[in-house]
Amino acid sequence: MQTALRTALPETELASQANFAPHARVVREERLAQTSGLPLTIRGLRKSFGDNEVLRGIDLHIPAGQFVAIVGKSGCGKSTLLRLIAGLDKIDAGSISFGQDVKPEDIRVMFQEPRLLPWARVLANVEVGLGRDRASQDADARAERALTEVGLADKRHQWPSVLSGGQKQRVALARALVSRPRVLALDEPLGALDALTRISMQRLLERVWRDQGFTAILVTHDVAEAVALADRVLVIEEGRIAHDVVVHAGRPRARGSVELAGLESSILSHLLSADDRT
Amino acid sequence: MSLIDSISRPRAVRLPRIDGLIQWIVPLAIIAIWQLASVTGFVPTRVLPAPSDVVLSGWKLLLSGELVRNIWVSFWRASIGFLIGGSIGFAFGLANGLSQLSAKLTDTTLQMVRNVPHLALIPLVILWFGIDESAKLFLVALGVFFPIYLNTLHGIRTVDPQLIEMGRIYGMTDGELFRRVIFPGALPSIFVGIRFALGIMWLTLIVAETIAASSGLGYMAMQAREFMLIDVVVLSILIYALLGKLADSASRVLERLTLSWHPAFQKR
Repeated sequence: MQTALRTALPETELASQANFAPHARVVREERLAQTSGLPLTIRGLRKSFGDNEVLRGIDLHIPAGQFVAIVGKSGCGKSTLLRLIAGLDKIDAGSISFGQDVKPEDIRVMFQEPRLLPWARVLANVEVGLGRDRASQDADARAERALTEVGLADKRHQWPSVLSGGQKQRVALARALVSRPRVLALDEPLGALDALTRISMQRLLERVWRDQGFTAILVTHDVAEAVALADRVLVIEEGRIAHDVVVHAGRPRARGSVELAGLESSILSHLLSADDRT
Repeated sequence: MSLIDSISRPRAVRLPRIDGLIQWIVPLAIIAIWQLASVTGFVPTRVLPAPSDVVLSGWKLLLSGELVRNIWVSFWRASIGFLIGGSIGFAFGLANGLSQLSAKLTDTTLQMVRNVPHLALIPLVILWFGIDESAKLFLVALGVFFPIYLNTLHGIRTVDPQLIEMGRIYGMTDGELFRRVIFPGALPSIFVGIRFALGIMWLTLIVAETIAASSGLGYMAMQAREFMLIDVVVLSILIYALLGKLADSASRVLERLTLSWHPAFQKR
């Protein structure tokens, strides 16, 4: 794990990683061994929008089944990186590989907005997630199973408009999970939720990730959320990975523990000091 | 329109039995006052006949079969004209909403034609078609075309792009994307177009039948004017009002059935 990181990261990032030495330890290997997730290797990734170079050479290896959080200020390129990983935008230079051929159903995205079809009932919305298997006979059963996983089986015949914000996002999660993806890309999925709903959604996310073992990539502006959920936190500054921090705390995680709080404040101080420099 | 109506209506104070009747209080009151004014001689019957006289002349025309025949002719013209103009407008709305090329090719032309009041074409249409059925159908179709075209186009253009991106991510084909995302998303706007079009449909038909026809409600009214049968004139106007209301109610029912997902249409 550490060696994989070493090869994937340029020297400068390794040096900054040393700042986090007290917290950084090897991610537990036993969980990764039994994962259904796909590993992810990114080399020399660049992306510009017009004259604005958003990503300036990203090199990154994510082992199969790891939960990675990407944090950074707005406009640092974290969402762009996620969209490239999910295949939503075209790459300018570099490569992203999953180590093998992937089907579209293997990679799923969840956005800040639930993006449910208002004119389809909850169950039909989840079935959208089956992709090419939508017409298959067990579509209903699979969608119901996914809804049960997120605790909304009793809402399957409701219209999305009657659901609360948190429930809508859970339906969106069920839709993303119903095809049993091997990589789940999450673009600030909890950003629009209130504090309590957020925490219960974080627990739900952690639980389904542990159950299904996909590789999770979470973009968030909330460092506490990143530290609470991820095995590893990447800090992106000005289109590059500035820090790569491993979170070794056991799961399920105790919120507000001294260890996580310390890690959170040290990542925050990095983000804020970058702010001072500019 | 109907969306706003249903949103602003307070649901808590709804009394189910009275609710359906409330809307008829004002029309009935107007008729009662009208009758009173006629009977007392406050309004001379030469100016406005009493409602009872109007009903009586309606009954006579009904018995002679003239009323039903004329209503049927007008109804037929309205529906066929609406179907022709509506389908062409819908087709252009779809094409220009979905294809940039098609929009570039035809939208400017259509917008220019739209700014010609279609009733101004009546002299030309009479020269082309005479006063037979095709003249009326042409005018109704032309009048109905634009509201349906514009609102279909608007509906498709304003479908949430995030939902379209979602559909693509989840591997929908173009056909599925249209059927499951774009069309349902455009439907509320299409209904606004249909209700506008229904209004224009009656307006066009009345004018066309009044000026150039040998049957239909408008013709019936014009002929009654010739013979100073003012009760028949008033009757024709009232029937137009009734038919207009009927068409509007029909589109509302259709709206309720197809937009049941919309928060404004959900029953408690």
